[in-house]
Amino acid sequence: MSVPRFWRNLDSRYNLEGTHCTECGEYFYPPRKTCVNCRRLGQIEAYRFKGTGEIVTYTVIRTAAEGFEEQAPYSLAIIKLDEGPSLTAQVVGSPENVHIGMRVSSVFRKLGTDGDRGMIYYGTKFIPADA
Amino acid sequence: MRDVAIIGVKNTKFGELWERSLRDIVVEAGIGAIEDAGVGGKDIDALYVGNMSGGRFVDQEHIGALIADYSGLSRNLHVPATRVEAACASGGLALRQAIMTVASGYGDIVVAAGAEKMTDVGSEEASSALAAAADREWEGMAGATFPGLYAMIAKLHMHRYGTTSEQLAEVAVKNHRNGCLNPIAQYRNEITVDQVLNSILVADPLHVFDCSPITDGASALVLAPAEVAHEYTDTPIYIKATAQASDTIALHDRRDITTLDASVMAAKRAYDMAKMGPEDIDLVEVHDCFTIAEICAVEDLGFTEKGKGGIFTEEGETAIGGRIPVNTSGGLKACGHPVGATGIKQAVEIVTQLRGEAGKRQVEGAEYGMTHNVGGSGATAVVHIFSRER
Repeated sequence: MSVPRFWRNLDSRYNLEGTHCTECGEYFYPPRKTCVNCRRLGQIEAYRFKGTGEIVTYTVIRTAAEGFEEQAPYSLAIIKLDEGPSLTAQVVGSPENVHIGMRVSSVFRKLGTDGDRGMIYYGTKFIPADA
Repeated sequence: MRDVAIIGVKNTKFGELWERSLRDIVVEAGIGAIEDAGVGGKDIDALYVGNMSGGRFVDQEHIGALIADYSGLSRNLHVPATRVEAACASGGLALRQAIMTVASGYGDIVVAAGAEKMTDVGSEEASSALAAAADREWEGMAGATFPGLYAMIAKLHMHRYGTTSEQLAEVAVKNHRNGCLNPIAQYRNEITVDQVLNSILVADPLHVFDCSPITDGASALVLAPAEVAHEYTDTPIYIKATAQASDTIALHDRRDITTLDASVMAAKRAYDMAKMGPEDIDLVEVHDCFTIAEICAVEDLGFTEKGKGGIFTEEGETAIGGRIPVNTSGGLKACGHPVGATGIKQAVEIVTQLRGEAGKRQVEGAEYGMTHNVGGSGATAVVHIFSRER
């Protein structure tokens, strides 16, 4: 991914910053600038998520995505944050320990690289909440 | 609006067509469909072509113009040509655009084609191009792959409904069995449940034999107003419904991970338009990009309850001779999945079946057929219903 494209969302990627519509009360991560319920009548403000949630579903990726080859096999999950929205992220640690319904919390980690000499991407992954 | 009929169809061979280019295959399909319809280039009012990623697969955009040109429709006839893109649902959308053009009266004889040439790049590059159908910034950047997204659907389906890996494998086994009966299919070999389960894991619980392949291929249809269709063919097949629906681009934003709401909504709109229900459909081509996708599809289209798709498949209800034959062509799994062509190929299969020309895979007495074409992990769904009688 190009540097500007990644850089535009640094706050969201590093600090789990999303948005919140004060009109209907729904939280959004990844951030949305237009509320899906209120649309142009919504009132959107920035919101930093607590970073705790639960695994809705997961997989262990064995044939890696481009740029993630060194990490395979890795656990990828859909995590429902306690404030409501869900996101896709990796779960750090041994894939055998991951299960549906598991409580997790966010951590700052390296995500991947753009080849040998390209940019290193950092962002949010998750660990078991009791770890 | 006018009723619309299909008067000509053609598929190329599907597979790894190393010696043939994108323009070669799409012209073969287009000219084949035109010949089948008994029309000529000067009769054609418009051309729509479904193509997901010419830019990534063959470094070529402006596919509509290219296809019109190499079909002989440009320099003398100047036929308008439009490329349609909705990831793996590009073909289904191209058909829908063509139907709306004829129904509205903007055109009479209209061609809907679909094509993808995927083997000019390596499999890593092809996978990366396909992954662009998901949310690049918020799924791809986390390390998601397409098999990974469908694996997460499968994992939850298994957890919640008790669906088994064996039941997933049965989808692949059945589709290979059908593919053996289809001369254009990429894979014409039978496989066993054990072979599927012993193939390498791509993303748990999906094995490589749970996944549709990378394929080159093209398909085309010729449409005409229903009132004149008999002037061209003795066996016109009529469009009873065309419907489309959208959902969130990312899987994580869906109401329910195991339901493709876009499929449910497109099907509902199609059933309403055709004034019929799932019990009226004699056969269906569904979007089995992964085995779990077929299990979700038979649920979401209303052929069985949510959660029962695995058992429904295991009990043979989706086989030829079962309650609702699914993917008689071999589906995406065995016939192959040239992404932009798939939605058109599904319609070609239904037309072939409703004409009674499907040979050994013929569903006897088929009156009504359906196609179900999905883009991405379910952000776009297109459903069509076809009929032998007007």
